[in-house]
Amino acid sequence: MTRSPALAAVSAAPDPATRPEIIRYENVAKAFGALQAVTDINLTVHEGEFITLVGPSGCGKSTLLNMAAGIFAPTSGAVSYRGEKVSAFNRKVGYMTQSDHLLHWRTVAGNIAVPLEIAGLSKKQIRDRIEDLLELVGLKGFGDNYPNELSGGMRKRCALARLLAYDPETLLFDEPFAALDAQLRLKMQVEVRRIATQLRKSILFVTHDLDEAVALADRCAIFTSRPGTIREVLDIPLPPDRDLFHLRHNRDYVDLTARLWDEMAPAISAEEH
Amino acid sequence: MKLILARLAILAGILGFWEFASGRLIEPYLISKPSLIFTTFWNWVMDGRIFFHAGITAMEAVAGFLLGAAVGMTLGILLGRAEKLAELLNPFIMGFYSIPKIALAPLFIIWFGIGLEMKVLLTATIVFFLVFLNTYTGVRSVSPELVNILKLMGANERHVLRKVVVPSAIVWVFTGLRLSVPYAMIGAIVGEMIAANRGLGYLLSHSSAQFNTAGVFAALVAIITLSVLMNTGVGVLAKYAMPWEKAQKNREVSI
Repeated sequence: MTRSPALAAVSAAPDPATRPEIIRYENVAKAFGALQAVTDINLTVHEGEFITLVGPSGCGKSTLLNMAAGIFAPTSGAVSYRGEKVSAFNRKVGYMTQSDHLLHWRTVAGNIAVPLEIAGLSKKQIRDRIEDLLELVGLKGFGDNYPNELSGGMRKRCALARLLAYDPETLLFDEPFAALDAQLRLKMQVEVRRIATQLRKSILFVTHDLDEAVALADRCAIFTSRPGTIREVLDIPLPPDRDLFHLRHNRDYVDLTARLWDEMAPAISAEEH
Repeated sequence: MKLILARLAILAGILGFWEFASGRLIEPYLISKPSLIFTTFWNWVMDGRIFFHAGITAMEAVAGFLLGAAVGMTLGILLGRAEKLAELLNPFIMGFYSIPKIALAPLFIIWFGIGLEMKVLLTATIVFFLVFLNTYTGVRSVSPELVNILKLMGANERHVLRKVVVPSAIVWVFTGLRLSVPYAMIGAIVGEMIAANRGLGYLLSHSSAQFNTAGVFAALVAIITLSVLMNTGVGVLAKYAMPWEKAQKNREVSI
């Protein structure tokens, strides 16, 4: 990729705060009718940062992603992207949800081609780009398969390739791997971390899986229950090239997840009532 | 193969019993008998009458089918994307939908005469609603999340329509089309029974008027054959239009 010089810069900049900011939430609140989804949100995402958002169900984590994408505006406060207020669909971001939303009438290659066709690339350019992307996400040789011939993990890989096809600089993930089994989820987490560092993407990743929240993140924002607000932003001092398969032996990881569990336990048990 | 043989055996059983019962258990003028029906049918084949009438009916049904499907699909997609308009028109559409369309036949005769047009339009009206409602449902069921994902990719309304809405509605369109085949036949045949001097519906009512029970059954056989042909046609078209459906059957590739 053409970005490889920048790759070195990532590891050379240990303090994310020194990097330019990319998304900023300032005193953001959002209400849907009488329902106050989030309130008092203040968060700054820096270039190349991987931020996870955790919190009880329905605390408005996804609302944050939607506002960064410009799908709707905050009721009060401001969401800005690279210093500018987000007003319409923000094409600098890519969005991946729990459902992979593949077009079942198109092959894997055809699905990945969608954003490229929209961008108006030539047939040859599209073909070449698809080859690269299939390679990147580990789907080489499956271009001609239909999504309903693929396993859950492969469908996620395909959705990821489609997301990366138009090269958005920020990726928004809304519990993308929640429906996968534990082993597959770990595999996909490794892929996302690898691709995020390799392509130097900034990432906002919503999850309710506390282990995932720590394992993936540079910083982890912890939400309170509705109306959701960020209670604390946890720094995750794990190295950028961390080995997700062996994190369970990592002291920092173990301590952090334990702490996160303790913090979340009251909110989670309260959900039962 | 075994299945086909079993089906043939059932058919032979029914025909055999029918042949036996006719004149012995039940009056022949009520149920005629298979051998006589076959002879009548064969005579019609030989003098070409069956092809003439079936051709007329097929033309009416197919033309009405195509017309109704085209209009139904277009309006279904249009209203499916225009939420406000759909809400505004909803009571009118549902009100019109609840009319048994056959009851419109007398009105159509006044408007369009007793020629082919009236049957084509009657058929088209019936097919229209089935295809329209299915297409509309299909378009409405497109996930807003997916549309947002595409818009973030830079898609405009035309992209959304061409890449997502129309293809995802196709499955529903074909559901509507499959449902429509028998109804298209109803439109054409009832139209012919009410007012016509040709077509299978005419053949049916004409035979009945002359107490030619064998003729009635022979006409029914022709109608069934035509329906089956049209069904097969839609099935072939569906397979061609939706190649991913086939893929569903040989799924399961592991990672």
